Amino acid sequence: MSLAEKVLQGEIRAAARLMRDIDDGLKSAIAELKQLYPKTGNAFIVGITGPPGAGKSTLVDQVTAAYRSRGKRVGIVAVDPTSPFTGGAILGDRIRMNRHADDDGVFIRSLATRGHLGGISRSTGDVVNVMDAMGMDVVIIETVGVGQDEIDIVRMAHTTVVVMVPGLGDDIQAIKAGILEIGDLFVVNKADRDDADRTVRDLAIMLEMNPDKDRGWRPKVLKTEASRNRGIEELVAELEAHREYLHSSGTIARVLEEKSASLFMDVLKERLFEEVYGHIHVNGRFRAIMEEMMARRTDPYTAVEEILAERFGIGGS
Amino acid sequence: MADRKLRVLVGKPGLDGHDRGAKIIARAFRDAGFEVIYTGLHQTPEQIVSAAIQEDVDCIGLSILSGAHNTLLPRVSDILKEKKADDIVFFAGGVIPADDIPGLKAAGVREVFTPGTSTEDIVGWVRENVRPRA
Repeated sequence: MSLAEKVLQGEIRAAARLMRDIDDGLKSAIAELKQLYPKTGNAFIVGITGPPGAGKSTLVDQVTAAYRSRGKRVGIVAVDPTSPFTGGAILGDRIRMNRHADDDGVFIRSLATRGHLGGISRSTGDVVNVMDAMGMDVVIIETVGVGQDEIDIVRMAHTTVVVMVPGLGDDIQAIKAGILEIGDLFVVNKADRDDADRTVRDLAIMLEMNPDKDRGWRPKVLKTEASRNRGIEELVAELEAHREYLHSSGTIARVLEEKSASLFMDVLKERLFEEVYGHIHVNGRFRAIMEEMMARRTDPYTAVEEILAERFGIGGS
Repeated sequence: MADRKLRVLVGKPGLDGHDRGAKIIARAFRDAGFEVIYTGLHQTPEQIVSAAIQEDVDCIGLSILSGAHNTLLPRVSDILKEKKADDIVFFAGGVIPADDIPGLKAAGVREVFTPGTSTEDIVGWVRENVRPRA
């Protein structure tokens, strides 16, 4: 039996192994993903993002418990940063979710970014697809602690939740672009803090100033105290409300098309690059180009044009 | 591109609340280029094995300073066997008397690192004895 067949039968170890193969970039994983792709598209994919220390993992843990009590199976992909110096990583999001560790209805996978910027890893989309094909009803993606513009999550999730905490910065911060533009829902966690209400107000004002990217849905700002399990039911209700809205308004079609486009383009870019670079890397051409460039006998634009002309017969002067 | 990263689970079973050692080891492993799934304190053997399987780790390193090693470590070994996951290399560290080590090794613990072992030695042992999956 192939890994994909085992995954479809619900075998945890096979799924975990396939996720590893995907993460490590093994060619064999592609055949498996091809088999699984037709079985994807059923899970509700929720993105949880926000700055470091906002309490994302604790929130994921509580939302998971809430969905479990509704009888849903939950997959979680938790992403943490890879050290740019050593290539290693400490993946510690699971700590906050340990009570689900031996629940058969929950599958938690930790991924390291491995140099990918944007808040998630290159493998995240495919790993989510494996969980989807396995039969998870909800898949929650927890990004790394993000700053302003790591917003890959938007292309991957149906509903994106931005988690903030009180006191992170002054009002100006709220106006900057990036994560504050992408949320379908905003949560102010650790809402027991003094400045929580102010943060909620600041966010609400800033959201009012956003041009309506989507007239039918106005993102709400919710308050939670994840560690005390407060505000979680309201959050899940809003998640479900957004999911309902996506379907009833037909917006889901655009969301799905964007997801498909983004997945297709990622794969295309990667394969094209491999095709060209792999070839010249192996036959010494790359080294030769580097020497030419350093001696200023050629420039990168001409070098690339020449390679492309040879490889694909395009361009040319 | 098809170079596997080594994945290690580091955690603490049972009631032991002293995690400085585990954190130091986790950092050393990260500095050695491994991906460390750090599961923290108060894990049951069932939770540890379940996490190890979901994360497809190559090895598990458990820290115990509470004296409960003779109960907890063999239990982890047993569950690994039950789940047909005993190809995962399992090692431990902490306050473990030398006399107990042979028994632990017989129970499936591949190596035991006692106080004073340098992180270099531990990293070196992992590199020698743990291969990322083929």
